[in-house]
Formats: sequence, structure tokens, C-alpha cells
Amino acid sequence: MSIVSRGFRGRRRQAGAGLVPPGQYLVDDFPVLSAGPTPDTALEDWDFTIDDEVGGAAARWTWDEFRSLPVEDVTVDIHCVTKWSKLGTRWQGVSIDTLLEGIDTAAEFAVAFSDGGYTTNLPLEDLQDGRAWVAFGFDGEDLEPEHGGPARLLVPHLYFWKSAKWVRGLRLKQQDEPGFWESVGYHNYGDPWREQRYWDD
Amino acid sequence: MDTTPLDGNATAGALAELFAFNVTMAMTTCAHCRDTRSMAELRAYVRAPGIVLRCRSCGGVQLRLVQSTERAWLDLRGIEVLQIPATATV
Amino acid sequence: MRWLEATVAETIPETAQVVTLRLDVPAWRGHRAGQHVDVKLTADDGYSAQRSYSIASPPGIDRIELTVQRIDDGELSPWLTTVADAGDRFELRGPVGGWFVWDGDDTAPVLLVGGGSGVVPLMAMLRHHAASGSTAAMHLIYSARTLGDVIYRQGLEELAGPHRAVSVTLTRESSPDWAGRRGRVDADLLAELGWPPSIRPHCYVCGPTPFVEAVADALVALGHDPARVKTERFGPTGG
Repeated sequence: MSIVSRGFRGRRRQAGAGLVPPGQYLVDDFPVLSAGPTPDTALEDWDFTIDDEVGGAAARWTWDEFRSLPVEDVTVDIHCVTKWSKLGTRWQGVSIDTLLEGIDTAAEFAVAFSDGGYTTNLPLEDLQDGRAWVAFGFDGEDLEPEHGGPARLLVPHLYFWKSAKWVRGLRLKQQDEPGFWESVGYHNYGDPWREQRYWDD
Repeated sequence: MDTTPLDGNATAGALAELFAFNVTMAMTTCAHCRDTRSMAELRAYVRAPGIVLRCRSCGGVQLRLVQSTERAWLDLRGIEVLQIPATATV
Repeated sequence: MRWLEATVAETIPETAQVVTLRLDVPAWRGHRAGQHVDVKLTADDGYSAQRSYSIASPPGIDRIELTVQRIDDGELSPWLTTVADAGDRFELRGPVGGWFVWDGDDTAPVLLVGGGSGVVPLMAMLRHHAASGSTAAMHLIYSARTLGDVIYRQGLEELAGPHRAVSVTLTRESSPDWAGRRGRVDADLLAELGWPPSIRPHCYVCGPTPFVEAVADALVALGHDPARVKTERFGPTGG
């Protein structure tokens, strides 16, 4: 049993009843969490690729090509498995539906991969129907490197470790393939509203 | 920026919950590049959903630790071998 | 290693931002100079957070001391430095860390380089040196912003002695009354105040991560054996 310290609140502001998923607290700042150093890829070297389920290259965009795709402004709530949530965060990005247009696949799963080696896995359907973006802008500015810039995956309906920073592409897969955190204890799907933080939750 | 790495020594408390000895005093041989040095000197990323220790030479992941209230998951595949001095008591 | 109960016996302001907490920890088994503890605070709704703090007191004293710098919007430091009072309780785990330690069992010279709150574990080493009567030559180079930010100002003056030297450099002090050094700890200052690599001192560098990396790189560039340069990075802001 833990000792409760008189008057301790921590940095969180409030547990927003009904506004945030169970076990989450609202924060004013935007915490930075990372499993490794911030990558430093120059825009002229950046590309985003989608590999199909047989490993072939299904699509590729350079930064200029990517930035000429239709852009959406989205305002979403985000929830980190370490218990902080931010409501009404504003992003600019390209819908994954746009990126998947014209790609013919029987794959049911995807692995998002990033500079620095980070990966995360999702059912392909969770990347579709207006639920996911590759975001390059936050709060009206270019996405900062420490928050995943030049571009990160944005999948707000799942815990934020699924919104891979420094994303460079998707690999479409027939089989689910647990990513960096999913393979060492974190939940394979990660629905914050069902509090799916760890394996077997 | 909250992601600058610490020294592996900073993870000694968290790892002490799992090992009967002070594992940060052990030498690790990196499974990626075979660099060998004290775990206390690895690059520790502790502001993450878990703890990650990376090789100081090649940056490869040597150790990952995730802890819930009920259990811990520990992946040591990035360490080829640990050399544990007899004096590495907690 | 389990969580131990700590009770605040006394709080001692060090600077406007820094407080030393003197603690009673009944289950404490002793420690080595340079080690740290993990502190855990739990709120009445179950929310908890942990941070690590270096032990400021030397081995052999009944009550251990932690010196904490208040970080704006920090998780633990606001409570530890502004709310915690005699009688308040929290949990700590330790001592931890066996690598960034100085036991004083050899007489090799020791160079301590601290930035900001990085001076805390180095202070434990200085105090241990004094308490144990060590004759190893020990020199602390301490970088702070202004005179008002120098932690343990009086304590450091009292500790200076035949085998213990303390040099303070200030990086943002504007008062002309400060007659001491100004400027960052760089290769020139290390070459001037530190010892030559040929005498093979043990070097301990502690503070914010950018400070530690710059100083450690400079020491190695000056020719110090990397195996004798030990670092304790406190993270981006230190404390």
C-alpha cells in the first residue's frame, strides 16, 4: 500500500469526468516521450512508402509530392498510455485514405515504420474511413522534431504510442506483427476507452 | 526537450525490482555491434512508455522494460551476454 | 528493492529555487557518496509519479538529505520544495547506482565538475572526503548561473581545506561585486583548474545533459582516460 503524501497533486490538471478515457488526466503542456534519439532526416531525403503484402512497393511520395496532396485540418483528442490526455489538439495532415487510394490489397494489417527503427502495428481498417492521417503540422505550425516532425502518424482513436513519430511508411501485412511496444507488454490494439494498455487487458 | 538520454545508472532503481543484484554494474556486450561496457554507461531513455537502454556505440536497443502494477516485461535480446561482477550486490 | 517510508524531519532552503530535505528513513541501510534515490509521491486519488534525486549527505549520518531544485510545472519538485514540511511522508527506493560513486578507498586525485543542481552528488563526495579524513586531492569546479543560484554556498566555503578545493564559475552574474570567475566550464577552464591527464584523476561530471556532454567531451579531448570520466546526466533541465 502506497503512502499518500499530504497535498500532492502532480502536474496533471484534472481527471475530466466523461471527457477522457478511464484512468487519464488532462495536461496543459505536450509531454515528449521517446524511446531513442530524435532523428534528423532532411526533407530532400524524406519519402513515405507503402509496401504491399508481398513486399512490393505499392506507392511512394517524396516530400514535395506528399505536400501537394490534399490536406485536412483536424481537431482531435489524444490519449497517451502514460495517462496524460490533451483535448482539442489541432493538426494538419494528409488522410491515410488519400494515401491508400488506388492501392489494391487483401492485407488486413499494417505496420507503420519510422526513422530510428520504431514500429507499431494496427488493423488496416483502423487507418481508414477518416480515422488516421500523416500529420505534418501541429497547432498551425510545422510539426517540431521532438513531436515527430517532419511528419508523424496520427491515429487518435488509439493510445498515442500508435501515432508513430517520424513515420516513413506503412507495410501492409496478411498477419499481424506486433511493433516496438506491442512486443514487450503493451496491448496489441490499444483502445483507450476500454483501457487496453497492456497484454491481456 | 524531454528525450535527452540519461546514463544507464539512472535505471538502477527500476531494474533493482527485478534482479537480485545491481544489474547496472554488469558489463553488457551489444548484440548488434559487440561493444562491451558497463550497463551504467548505456544511453537510457526513461521518458517513454517504458525504459529503453541503447548501445553508446551503435545506438541499437539493448534492453526494453515495461512495467504495469501487476507485472513487468523485460526484453534483453539486444544484449549478447552479461558479465556480472561478484561485487554487484544491490 | 522495496519502497521505504521517509518522513521529513526538516526543510532547509538553499537558494530561491532549491530546498534540502532532511529525512528520517527507519529502514535505511546506508549508502555510498554519489548514489541516488527514486522518490515516489502518491496523491489521495491514487495518482503517483516518480523521480530520482541524488543523496546530498555523506555516508554515516543518521538522516539522509536530498537537495531538490524546483522545476516550474515539475511533477514532484513543486511539492518537495514548497509543500513538504516536517512530518510529511513519502516513499523512496534506494540507495541506487553503484557506478557514479566515490568511496575514498584510493588516494588518486579527484576532479568533480558540477553544473547547477549537478553539484548535489558531488557535495556528498566532498562531505565524505572531509568526514573520512581522506588525503586524496579533490577539486570541485561548480558552474552556476548567478551567486544567488550557488547551492551550499556556506557549506562549500567551510569544506575547502588542504586537500579540498572549490572553484565556482558564474555564467549569468551581472553584479560587478562578484570577483570570481565568469563563464562556462570549457576546455580552457578545465585545463587551467583541473589536473593534467598524466596524473590520472578520477573525474565525475554531473548536471544537465548538455552540460555533462560538453564537459565530458572536453575532458576526453584534453587527454583524460574516458574510463576515468564518469557522468551523471540529469536530463534536459537538470534537477
